Formats: sequence, structure tokens, C-alpha cells
Amino acid sequence: MTIENAQKDIIDNFLFFDDWTQKYEYIIELSKDLEFMSDNLKSEDNLIKGCQSKVWLHAEMINGKINFLADSEAIITKGIISILLNVFNNRKPQEILDSDMGFIEKIGLKEHLSPNRANGLSSMYKQIKFYALAFSKS
Amino acid sequence: MNLSFNVEKIRQDFPILSKKINNKPLIYFDNAATSQTPICVIDCIKDYYEKYNSNIHRGVHSLSDEATSAYEDARNKVKDHFNIKYSEEVIFTSGTTHSINIVSNGFSKILTKDDEIIVSGLEHHSNIVPWQMMIESSGAKLKVIPLMENGELDMDEFANILSLKTKVVFLNHVSNALGLINPIEKIINMSHEKGAYVLIDGAQSAAHFKIDLQKLNVDFFTASAHKLCGPTGVGFLYGKKELLHRMEPLMGGGEMISDVTFSKTTYADLPHKFEAGTPNISGVIAFGRALDYLNEIGLEKIENYENDLLDYANSKLKQIEGLKIYGESKNKTSVISFNIEGIHSYDIGALLDKFGIAVRTGQHCAQPIMDHFGVDGTVRASFSFINTFQEIDDLFEALKKVKSMLS
Repeated sequence: MTIENAQKDIIDNFLFFDDWTQKYEYIIELSKDLEFMSDNLKSEDNLIKGCQSKVWLHAEMINGKINFLADSEAIITKGIISILLNVFNNRKPQEILDSDMGFIEKIGLKEHLSPNRANGLSSMYKQIKFYALAFSKS
Repeated sequence: MNLSFNVEKIRQDFPILSKKINNKPLIYFDNAATSQTPICVIDCIKDYYEKYNSNIHRGVHSLSDEATSAYEDARNKVKDHFNIKYSEEVIFTSGTTHSINIVSNGFSKILTKDDEIIVSGLEHHSNIVPWQMMIESSGAKLKVIPLMENGELDMDEFANILSLKTKVVFLNHVSNALGLINPIEKIINMSHEKGAYVLIDGAQSAAHFKIDLQKLNVDFFTASAHKLCGPTGVGFLYGKKELLHRMEPLMGGGEMISDVTFSKTTYADLPHKFEAGTPNISGVIAFGRALDYLNEIGLEKIENYENDLLDYANSKLKQIEGLKIYGESKNKTSVISFNIEGIHSYDIGALLDKFGIAVRTGQHCAQPIMDHFGVDGTVRASFSFINTFQEIDDLFEALKKVKSMLS
């Protein structure tokens, strides 16, 4: 599945919700899907700056694709990471570099992109792209 | 409960309160970060630009005279409101942070490496960083008044660290993160006995009760307009005349000089020495209007009403299982800093926003306090006289729902 299709799937899933409660309950559910990240990976190096709750992101290149592991102390942030990783995990660097974040607005989570939120959705995406850029050159 | 306080009538003065957030009426519990603005203050800013926008203290024309009078009138309003002796002891600044920087910069030229300064452990970063910068240039030593378990200052320890070497003591009147009111009268007297000067940061106190600076006999005091129903980007520094004369200005520029040649500049008299450049004229004038507004309601009435709100909120929130309040004390303003066991403060704040409720979450620019309690951050609900008991009920119901969603 392409990044674009993965984003479309997420948009379709979010269309089911009538109100914000259902949407956030779903995000909270998604937080539980996140793959386990061991404490030794929750290092200062992997900490994303600019997040009100601590967010760690670790990346490794496996068979030409980037494998991400991430975690946060806040559940909503974790749920949002889970959405991001659904889209960007196990992708070739170039695929990530060619992507955008338009789908976040379409699923009504635009407020999480606001620089004021400091929940790091923008910082997370930026970091994902940094990794992609770094791996594309290695 | 205070029945004489007509909160519904007061709320009509605040246009923002008719706003909907996520299709729900705005419930604004972030008053400690910034207060909302009554229509008379908004009109005052509009009036300035529509009727007498002009630079002050320099024109010979009527508009400039009008703007200068209004600006100086605001200075007198600050003087009267805080019972300051001389109007030239009121320096308009961009806010509390700017004021603190003026004082710390002034002292950096006066202190030496043998001197000590004392800060409280309850400070906002704005009252820590300027002094750390000052220490680097003067070599003076910094000592900290530690906190007791509930977050109040350890006054025994203060007595221990205070000495003849202490030259400046600086602390907030009310802690922004917890709302605790510090025993500043005692601190000022004890400091003066050792010959130390005291700077009080009144950012979190001035909106909640009347402050008499002559009676306090404090050396420096500062507050920001935007926490007093005024506009952002304006505040004032009060300093005793003889100290302001001794201090060098933080900024050079127009308005603050009396004589300039390329070899030497003579500074203007107080207060202009510290007011370089064109100030926020409309903001200062509107600040004066905001003080009038608060006085029209009466700070004593505001204080009583806010105390009732705080008591009510305390009794409601404590009914929520697992909710822990930080900084409990009889001496506090209408602020509740809390966490719910097992839930991150960010999650609570983000979901409360969905209910239209604005709170602050995180460290509140006071990392040392968070470290004291061993937490990463808290949720801070700060109430003011524009809030209602019904809104506190709504917060209580919303918190119960948020808790069930997140547990």
C-alpha cells in the first residue's frame, strides 16, 4: 500500500465518527496498538524537542525501509503517533520525503498541528522526515 | 457564598465570553496566564487610534499633547492604585519580564563577587534567568529559599541563608504554578534588617487583591497589565527613587536622554531614563483604563468572590478519585494545580478543550517547582471574577468524563 492509500484509509476510518468523543476514543484505542519501545531506546537522543509530553522516536534502516519505534507519556499523543506510524512505518526514505500531512486536516486533527499545542505532531513529522533524509543519503 | 456579586452583569463586559469553542460556550480557566479584556479597555485602545494617535513627550501639536496627557494620566492611575509616593517611581515596561531585567541589569553593575542574592524556590523562569545572567557578570552568589512539603517557602531556612552579605532578595508575591501567597511582609522586613533590597514580582497577585506599596515598604515591585484586564505587552516597574537613580538603564535610545554628543550622553530624569524609545502608548493608556475598571468593581469584592470560587472548586474537585492538588494552603489565590493519578496532564488539557474549557498544562515555566513535587507537569485551572459556580460544576462533570475516557 502506498503512503497515499494508507492516508486515505485513515480518512475513511475517521469518517465514521459523528462527534469528537468517538474520534478521541478511537485515538485512545490506537495508542494501544503502538509497538513496545524498550526503556533503553527512550534516551535523550531520541527525545523530540518541542513536545509538552515526552515523545521518543527511534529509527533503523531494515532492508531499505525505515523502521520506526515511538512512545509518549500522554495517551492522546501516543494515539497520534500510532496514526503517523501507520502511514510512515516501513517505508523507503524517498516515499516519506515525497509525502505530506494533508490527511491530518482531513481527519479533523488540524489543531494538533498548531505550533501552540507543543504536543509535537509537527515536530514528530519533521523528525520522521529528517530520518528519511539522513537515510536517503546513507 | 457571595450573593452581592453580580457576575452575570460583569460577564456582559467581556465580549470573548460569547465565543464558542468546539460548539460549546467558552469556559475560561486560564486567567493566571492572561486575563480577559473588558469592552471598556478594548474601546480605549480603539479610541486612541481613532482620535489621538500621536507620539508622546515630543510634539508641539495638540494630538501629541493629548496623547502625552493620557499617557501620564495612566502613570498617575498606577501610582494611586498601588499607593506609590511619586509618579516618577512608576516606569512603564513591556511587562514583568522586562521590569525584572531592568533591575537585574541595574544591580549587575553594583554588586561584586562577595555579595549574595536570594531567590525563592517558587519562581517563574522569568525571575530566575535574568538573575543567573546577572551573576555571570557580577560574580555574586545565588542562594535559594527551599520549599516545604506543601510548596510553601521554608522561612526558617530563609532566616539561615539571609546575612549581611545578602544584597537583593527577589521573589514572586504569588506563585504562578500553585497560587500560593508568599509572606512578603515578613520577607521584606527581615531583608531590610540585613540591609538587603527586595524585588517583588506581582504578576500573579495584583489582579486578586489590593496592594499598598508604601505600606509594604518594598524596594521594587512589578506587574503586567495583561493579567489585570489590560492589554498584552505592557507592565510597570516600581522602584524607590534613590535606587532608580543609582541604577543604569537597560536600554539606550530616544526619550531616555537629556543631552547627547558623540563623546557622552547624559540620561534623562526619572522615569524617562528607563523608558527608551516610543512606548506602547495605547497599551499604557488602556492599562490605566483597566485599573479603573477593576476599581469600579472593587478589588475587595473580587477577592471575596474569587475566594468563594476557590473554596467551591476545591470541594468539587476533591470528589474526583485519584485527583491530587499541589500547593494546598489557606494563603492562596484562586488557582488549583492538580493531576489525576495515572493520567498525563497534557491528555486532560487536550480533552478539556474539547468541552470548551481552557486550562493550562505542563510546567508553567516553573520547572524547579515541578521537580519539588516530582512531577512532569500539572493541570492548572485558574479562576477569576468572570467565572461562575456553574462553570466549576461543568469542569467537574467534564473531568469525570475525561477520566473515564482515559482510564
